[in-house]
Amino acid sequence: MSSAEGTSAPAVLAANRISKSFGEIPVLFSIDFDIKPGEVHAIIGENGAGKSTLIKILSGIEQPTSGSITYDGETVTLPPDGKAEAMGIVLIHQELNLAEHLTASESIFLGREIKRFGFLDLGAMRSKAAELMDTLHVRVDPDDRISTLSVADKQMVEIAKAISRDARVLIMDEPTAVLSVSETQTLFEQIRRLTARGVAVIFISHKLDEIMELADRVTVLRDGQLIATVGTEALTPDSIAQMMVGRELSNLYPPKHEPDVDAPVVLGVRNLAAKGVKDISFDLKRGEILGFAGLIGSGRTAVAEAIVGLSHRTGGDITLDGKPVNFTQVAQSVDAGLAYMTKDRKGKGLLLNMGLRPNLTLLTLNKHIKAGFLDSSSEERALERAVRRFDIRARDASVAVGRLSGGNQQKLMLGKTMESEPDIIIMDEPTRGIDVGTKQQIYHIIAALAAEGKSIILISSEMQEVIGLSHRVVVMREGRLTGVLEGAEITEAEIMRYAAGIKSGNDERISA
Amino acid sequence: MSVSAPDIPAKPKRGFRLDLKTVGPLLALALLVLLGISLNENFLSYNNLTNVLARSSFIGIIAIGATFVITAGGLDLSVGSMAAVIAGVMIMVMNWLIPTMGIGWGVVIAGMATGILLGGVAGVFNGTMITRGRIEAFIVTLGTMGIFRSLVTFLADGGTLSLNFQVADVYRPVYYAGLLGVPWPIIVFALVAIGGEVVMRYTAFGRYCAAIGSNEQVARYSSINVDNVRLLTYILQGVLVGVAVLLYVPRLGSASSTTGVLWELEAIAGVIIGGTTLKGGYGRIWGTVVGVVILGLIGNILNLQSLISPYLNGAFQGVIIILAVLLQRGRKNA
Repeated sequence: MSSAEGTSAPAVLAANRISKSFGEIPVLFSIDFDIKPGEVHAIIGENGAGKSTLIKILSGIEQPTSGSITYDGETVTLPPDGKAEAMGIVLIHQELNLAEHLTASESIFLGREIKRFGFLDLGAMRSKAAELMDTLHVRVDPDDRISTLSVADKQMVEIAKAISRDARVLIMDEPTAVLSVSETQTLFEQIRRLTARGVAVIFISHKLDEIMELADRVTVLRDGQLIATVGTEALTPDSIAQMMVGRELSNLYPPKHEPDVDAPVVLGVRNLAAKGVKDISFDLKRGEILGFAGLIGSGRTAVAEAIVGLSHRTGGDITLDGKPVNFTQVAQSVDAGLAYMTKDRKGKGLLLNMGLRPNLTLLTLNKHIKAGFLDSSSEERALERAVRRFDIRARDASVAVGRLSGGNQQKLMLGKTMESEPDIIIMDEPTRGIDVGTKQQIYHIIAALAAEGKSIILISSEMQEVIGLSHRVVVMREGRLTGVLEGAEITEAEIMRYAAGIKSGNDERISA
Repeated sequence: MSVSAPDIPAKPKRGFRLDLKTVGPLLALALLVLLGISLNENFLSYNNLTNVLARSSFIGIIAIGATFVITAGGLDLSVGSMAAVIAGVMIMVMNWLIPTMGIGWGVVIAGMATGILLGGVAGVFNGTMITRGRIEAFIVTLGTMGIFRSLVTFLADGGTLSLNFQVADVYRPVYYAGLLGVPWPIIVFALVAIGGEVVMRYTAFGRYCAAIGSNEQVARYSSINVDNVRLLTYILQGVLVGVAVLLYVPRLGSASSTTGVLWELEAIAGVIIGGTTLKGGYGRIWGTVVGVVILGLIGNILNLQSLISPYLNGAFQGVIIILAVLLQRGRKNA
């Protein structure tokens, strides 16, 4: 690790008491952050802790609501739209921003093409790109199309692009999320080469072991607050996990209603395989809330979509009440009493340009047909019921649901899902991006449903939520099931160990 | 219904703009009628109005099909060529049947059935390529547009296919006669429009079209069979092209490579002027009817006056289309 610069070196980029609110909702509270030349500074925190907002502010994409940014010791206002790149601050997004049809060399010089007599100097760009690749020890030909490259190589092209712009601060948002172990090692070597040249690197990662390996300092965020900035040598993966999650549970969650141990298994999954899912087996009992924890991209949604027939299942068996089932279309699983509520309420859950009524009944429109025609009064009654049951608040029912708050959208989507009167409900991130009051309402609805005898799979990246509601917790990592936790084992640190790959189901138990 | 406390910050009450979006096409229609009346006293005459409406009814019936296709996020560029090839084949089938069936309504009805069947088959082909073949609607129907156009030219051997005069005489009243003084094309147009409005608003199919056009993913996650609904819109479009053609054939009694040229664009223009969103998600049949009538009236009014050359018809239609879309967008940003 290149901590040679020491703590006394002046910071190249610093954030001073940065706060940020989106509308009424504060997401960052008075954050101090700085990075020195040649340093690797990791930012870590749970989903929603404010990491992405912080790096967006550090790269100029978002402006802070209050506080200031200093660059080279001078207070600056970073220009938005990535124009901070010209100043040497480059952000590499998680979903890489490369045009798939261009070649590597075209990508590197995109927007800053080398020209001769007004025409593109292809030769000069190609040789300059080749030179860059050489210094980075990357084996990508400047003429390779981006679309033919592996994700790792695309990342290298992004890095080459950053270097060609004389980046002094390189910010990477979860660069290793999509990389294999060996690709990750190559990336790390690259980062070390850059820091040796004095480039400052900020990176976000959920993988604690990587942070221990690469970072000089770690900044921990939680709920938009700065918890600590600590030198890596003073940390262990466990202590980082503790800092990330150290929060007590309030009565946000309803008291847990222990399910009957002898309750029958309503959903059995054996050796499920699909795209992004490897060999998943679990049982769901009647009246149980089964939490699914794991990092984003760990395959939890893929499991749900493979079960209900939204995506193609390549292997494994599914039983419903002991009977084997094979859903190839969502309609079949809905008919069988198994409903999936998507996490993407704007992209997959609701028709944003339409009113409440058509959204509520879209999944179950057949129930509102009389003699071949839609029975709007029956739909109206359904909406009245749902509004009452789920406390959906709207100015009037004709307002486009895109104008509702996230919480009301979520409640409407819950209402839509429950219209199909399912026995088993898979809820994917049911409280994503909604305020805490609505969260609490949804938690109580979930608990009440389970108490009624419905069985619930709760996929959530908010660990407190999984812990506060679930009777058992399945932890996934990279498409596999790494552990099933029960009772007192369900703690944030324990889940984090399985989710981050420090522990897996086959390991001996390590006591915290 | 009862809804609890408002959740959205105060915003302008239902204002002029929203109304403009709803009544905009009607307003434009009213203005055109007023303009027509002021320009020429014959404008409101029975002959002039039935003439305009009867001529508009072909495009109108096709445009009602197009409203479903476009609402569901699709597009069918092939309808004009499809109309030509259906007209050509209908005429050939009727001529061919004369020796066996003799001259009379039997032949005409067989011809009509052929037309509707052909339209359905063409729709199945378009729809299948788009849904099962996963090819862009624009590309598929651009292809079939060329195929159909070339087929009719081939069938007519580069010239004109003419219906047997005696059969044409039998068939004639379907265009020229009517009920209580209203020509049949207008009656059929009205019936198709009413049927279309009912299907669009009061059936699951209509709701699914809007859902798919609004967001295909949401539709899929809401257990709607997206492919089948899409396919149905193209079949409906094809059948309605068939209906339009069986009203059109008795008018001239012939078909050639120039039959139905640019009908697809007029139909799409009518749909857009009527307030249906080109990218899908929202459609209204009555708007399409108004849009098609507006297009017809523009041509009619230009013919009734002498200040502006009627050759500028297309330019005026173009201006109206652009204005219609501008007004739609103005509302969204408001």
